[in-house]
Amino acid sequence: MRYIYLDHNATTPVLPKVLEAMLPYQCEAFGNPSSVHHYGRRARVAVDDARDSVAEVLGAPASSVIFSSGGTEANNTIIKGVAQARREHGRHLVTSQIEHPAVLDACAALERQGYAVTYVPVDERGLVDPQAVRDSLTDQTILVSIMVANNEVGTLQPIADIARLVRERGVLMHTDAVQAFGKVSLAVEDLGVDFLSFSGHKIYAPKGIGGWYERSPAVLQPLLHGGHQERGRRSGTENVPGIAALGKACAIAAGDMTAEEERQRQLQQRFEHGIRERIGEVRIQGEKAPRLPSTTNVAFGGAEGEALMMSLDLQGVAISTGSACSSGSLEPSHVLRAMRVPRPYLHGALRFSLGRATTADDIAYVLDILPGIVAQARGV
Amino acid sequence: MKYSDTVHEHFDNPRNIGVIEHPDGVAEVSNPACGDIMHLTLRIVDARITEAKFKTMGCPAAIAAGSVTTELLIGRGVGESTPLTRAEVNESLGGLSPQKVHTSVLAEDAVKAAVRDYHRRQGK
Repeated sequence: MRYIYLDHNATTPVLPKVLEAMLPYQCEAFGNPSSVHHYGRRARVAVDDARDSVAEVLGAPASSVIFSSGGTEANNTIIKGVAQARREHGRHLVTSQIEHPAVLDACAALERQGYAVTYVPVDERGLVDPQAVRDSLTDQTILVSIMVANNEVGTLQPIADIARLVRERGVLMHTDAVQAFGKVSLAVEDLGVDFLSFSGHKIYAPKGIGGWYERSPAVLQPLLHGGHQERGRRSGTENVPGIAALGKACAIAAGDMTAEEERQRQLQQRFEHGIRERIGEVRIQGEKAPRLPSTTNVAFGGAEGEALMMSLDLQGVAISTGSACSSGSLEPSHVLRAMRVPRPYLHGALRFSLGRATTADDIAYVLDILPGIVAQARGV
Repeated sequence: MKYSDTVHEHFDNPRNIGVIEHPDGVAEVSNPACGDIMHLTLRIVDARITEAKFKTMGCPAAIAAGSVTTELLIGRGVGESTPLTRAEVNESLGGLSPQKVHTSVLAEDAVKAAVRDYHRRQGK
């Protein structure tokens, strides 16, 4: 059977060149970067080189890049760490209704500790209004956290506009860039953010590596104590193979970002046009908003999402549903609800996410089988 | 979401999909929380179910629950007690996860409502 992976927003395969770049640091150059001897020095060089590659993607100084176990740790460290460090200044944070759970749940944890959090809404296109963020700021606000690209629908938020308004008021600005990092241009100076989180496994590095950018001098109480690694911001012996892999993945992403973005955008257009041509009662979420070229969130009226996903899986096509029913809760996705997706479509949303390996042939295959699968689901 | 082989089997080959023309009992029930809808029609001869068909807008577990419900119903009597319980649906599907047990509840609700409809039509 033919297998097609269209779930790159969940995770990506490790590229052979990335694997190659990390392997020497497992068995051979296995030293602890903190060690002074030859083994340690070699590992230290790998970490420094990788930091340069990551910094280049962000247009930031290497010293502003901190490695962590991934995006979730980065988001938690920044949100809780700023809240802790700035608690004497105020106890109010602002975020949006469509953030990843790593941000929403970190904010909820702070609410249980007595902080107040404002969750700004999005419009029907899935976009945060910068003015709404500004209007939510109080003299108690210490941090605003808004994502660059939404993981479910791919909408790109106006981060530069939001950051300008937020920083004018002397409030710190964080952005969760996990889905956008390495896919679209993200110069931190243009964005004007104080913190930015990223992850390796969304850009063809392994799981378990990620990190964040912080503008110096950063106001942040570390989450992990216990050593002096990462300048004391994130203690724990560095994941040298993972860091080397992330460095390589960033170098590859920087090498052809514009071309790959354009290639995927054409595939996305072909895919969405093809769906509309072949199937009725279709709703593409965030269609009118700036979006990642990799992400198409589409709902089919009268067809339930998880059933469609399983039928596609039986025919070798791997995707995700937009309905949280499959992830254990009965509630539809918080993102689709925030976008006020009409009821008939709320439980039928599928997320197709394209990647480097996706070809026009793959898209044609999915367009071939999708109408039958939707018709079958509508017939049950 | 992990499903039993039985759920997969029913999802791949659902039995008795459709609507019976001029049924003796009919019901449509829904679960507003997850959006699942189940439509059930019964043919009942001499207080015994001879035919059952379902349609559902729901997840794979809901489809499997509808399918196994119709299979189990055929041949059963419609007396005082319900001809089918959620526990039986759940058991027949090899045990649903806690998040999906509600689909067996929906199936039982549909059966009860369709049988009630039958009794109403009979003037009881």
